[in-house]
Amino acid sequence: MNLTRRSALTTAAAATTLPLIRPARAQGAAIKIGVMNDQSGPYTNTTGVTSVICAKQALEDFGVSTKGMNVEIISADHQNKPDLAVSIARQWFDRDGVDVLLDVPTSSVALALQSVVREKNKVYLNVGAASSALTGSQCSPNFIHWVYDTYMLSRSTGGAMVKAGGDSWYFLTADYAFGKQLASDTSDLVRKAGGKVMGSALYPFPETTDFSSFLVQAQASGAKVLGLANAGGDTVNSIKQAAEFGLNKSMKIAALLMFINDVHALGLDVAQGLSLTESFYWDLNEGTRAFTKRILPKTPKNYPNSIHAGCYSATLHYLKTVADMGAAEAKKDGVATINRMKAMPVEDDLFGKSKIREDGRNMIPAFLFEVKKPSESKGPWDYYNLKVTTSGEDVYRSLADGHCSFIKA
Amino acid sequence: MFGFSRAQTIAFGVMLVLIVVSPYVLYPVFLMRVLCAALFACAFNLMIGYVGLLSFGHAAFFGMGSYVAAWTMKVWHVDASIAILFGAMTGAFLGFFLGYLAIRRSGIYFAMITLALAQMVYFFCLEAPFTGGEDGIQQVPRGFMFGVIDLSNDMTMYWVVASVFVAGFLLVHRIIHSPFGQILKGIRENEPRATSLGYRTDDYKLIAFVLSCMIAGAAGGTKALVFGIATLTDVHYSTSGEVVLVTLLGGLGTVFGPAMGALVVTSMENYLAQFGAWVTVTQGVIFMICVLAFRRGIIGEIGAFFKISL
Repeated sequence: MNLTRRSALTTAAAATTLPLIRPARAQGAAIKIGVMNDQSGPYTNTTGVTSVICAKQALEDFGVSTKGMNVEIISADHQNKPDLAVSIARQWFDRDGVDVLLDVPTSSVALALQSVVREKNKVYLNVGAASSALTGSQCSPNFIHWVYDTYMLSRSTGGAMVKAGGDSWYFLTADYAFGKQLASDTSDLVRKAGGKVMGSALYPFPETTDFSSFLVQAQASGAKVLGLANAGGDTVNSIKQAAEFGLNKSMKIAALLMFINDVHALGLDVAQGLSLTESFYWDLNEGTRAFTKRILPKTPKNYPNSIHAGCYSATLHYLKTVADMGAAEAKKDGVATINRMKAMPVEDDLFGKSKIREDGRNMIPAFLFEVKKPSESKGPWDYYNLKVTTSGEDVYRSLADGHCSFIKA
Repeated sequence: MFGFSRAQTIAFGVMLVLIVVSPYVLYPVFLMRVLCAALFACAFNLMIGYVGLLSFGHAAFFGMGSYVAAWTMKVWHVDASIAILFGAMTGAFLGFFLGYLAIRRSGIYFAMITLALAQMVYFFCLEAPFTGGEDGIQQVPRGFMFGVIDLSNDMTMYWVVASVFVAGFLLVHRIIHSPFGQILKGIRENEPRATSLGYRTDDYKLIAFVLSCMIAGAAGGTKALVFGIATLTDVHYSTSGEVVLVTLLGGLGTVFGPAMGALVVTSMENYLAQFGAWVTVTQGVIFMICVLAFRRGIIGEIGAFFKISL
C-alpha cells in the first residue's frame, strides 16, 4: 500500500472524531457517578486521577457486585473552565444518565455546577472546592460539602495556632477575593482568640513570582506567625523563598490552604516546621493506614490527601444510602437522596463518625498539623505531626451565619 | 445579496443544514458552545484575516461582553435580546478606546499592545466588585427573548444562539465583501499604497477593530446566557490564545474557517475530557500537524484543493 502524507493525515484527522461516537447508554437502574476534576492543570495532584481511584475503591470496599448493585464511575477533566464543566455536566445528566457529581475543585467551577445540579435534581457531592459560599449564600438542597472549606481552614489554623502560642500574625495575601477572604477570616479569629495582627502585605495576583520584598516586610514586623493567604503555586513559591530568607527559623509559617501533595513537592528541607490544616492524614490511625495500604498499589506516586479520602468517604456514604432506599428511588429524586444521606449517620474508617448538617455541611473534625523535620521522618510521605484537633461543631461556620436560603428559620 | 460566490453559497447551505440537523444528533449545549466560539472566531478573523492585524487581546471584549450581559440579566432582569445587545455595545465601546491606542502600530507591536490592554481588563475584572472576582457571576437566569420566548428549554436556547451566530456570520461576510472590506484588504496588502490613494487607513482599521470587538462582545454575551455564568476564564489571555488557534486551524482569512476551527477545538476539549491529561497534549499535536502540513487551515486547504475561495 502506498501511504502518502496526505492519506496519513486524513486518517489521523478522521481518527480524532472517533471519540464522538459514544457507546449506547446503559439501561435499567444503574447508578452512575461522574467524577469531574482537574487532571491536567494546577490541581492534578491534589484531586485528579487519585480521586477517581479512591471513588472506585469505595465501590470495591462496599462490595457493589456482591450486593447486586450496578454502579459505574466515569470521569472528566474540566480544565478549570466553568463553561466546559457546565457543558459536560449537562451532557452527563441529560444524555449519559449520570446521577452523582463528585469532587469538582476550583470555586468558580464548583459554583457554576451548583445551579445545574439543582435544575436537574441530581446529587452533588463536592469535595475539592474550598469556597464556603457553597453552603452559604449559594447553597442548594442537592448539595453536600464533604471535607473542608475556607472558613474551617482559617478557624483551625488561625484559632488553634494562637492557643499554641503563635499570638502575633503577619499576612501575605494574594490580592483577589479568595486571598482577602481567607486573610480577613483568619484575622478575625486570631483577634478573637486573643492574638493580634501586626500587618498584611497584599501582592498582585496572579503572576507574582518574587515575594522577597513582602517577606522582608514580614520579617521586620516582628510577628511570630506568617500566614500565607494564597493557594497552589503561590503558596509553594512563597514557602520556598521564605526558607531561602531563613524566615522558617525566626517565624512560624502557616499555610492556610495546602495539602500533603504540596508538602511532598516542596520536600521536607524546605517545608519543615510549616503549619497547615487538613481533615485527613494517611498515617493518623489504623483505619487510615489500612485504607492507604489498599489504595497505594493503584496510585504509588501520589498518596491520598483529604480530598481523595473525601471522595472515598462520600462515595461510600452515597452507596449506603442507595442500598437503603433502592437504586430506582435514588435515581429519581436528587433532593430525596440528599435528605436521606443527611438523615443517616456517616461512618467510615477514614473520618470516623460524623453528621451532615441541613445546609449540606459534613461536620468532620479538622487537624492542625506541623510538618516534620527531615530527621524525624521515617519513611516515604511520613510528613505530619498532629498538633491540635478541632471538632466539627467548633470548626465550621454556624448554620445561622451561613444565611443559607433554602433553610427555613 | 451578500456577495457569496457559487461555492460559498453551497458551503453556506451546507452549514445551515448542519446547524439545523445537528441538535437532533449531538448535544445542544455542546453545540451552543461551538457556535459561541465560532462567532468569536469570526470576529477575530475579521481583524487577522482581512486587516492583517493579530490582536492578542480579543478575550477582553469577549469576556467583558459576557460580564455585562450576565450582570444586566441578573441584576436589571432585562430581556435576553437587550442583554446580548449590551454585551455587543460593551465590546464596541471597549474596542473603540483600546483600539484607538492599539491600531497606531502593526505586527508584533500591535499584538503586544492589545495583550497589555487585555491584561488590564483582566485585572479590572479580578478586582471589580460587580464581577464577583474569581467566583464570577453565577446563577444568571436565561430569561425571555423579546419578552415571549422562554429560553429555559435547551432547544429554544439553541435556535436563538444559532440565529445570533448566523446573523453575526452574515454581518462579517457582508463587511468583508463590501467596498469598505475591499479597502481593508487593500490596507492589508499594502498600507502605504492605500494611504497614497487617499484613504485614511487608521480610521478604516479602527472601524474594523470596533466592529470585530462588537461581534466578540455579542458572542460573549450569548455565551453568558447559555451557561448562566460569566467568569474570569473568558477574559483570561488563554482565551485570546485559543481564538488564534481556532482561526489558524480552520483557515485564516477564509469565511468558513473560524466556524470549522471552533468545531474542531471545542469537540476536542469536550470529548477528550474523559481522557484526562491527554487533552492538552492532543491539542498541541494537532496544532503542530496543522501548521506543518495544512498551513492554510482545514477550510483553506479544501478551498485550495478545489481552487475556490471559501
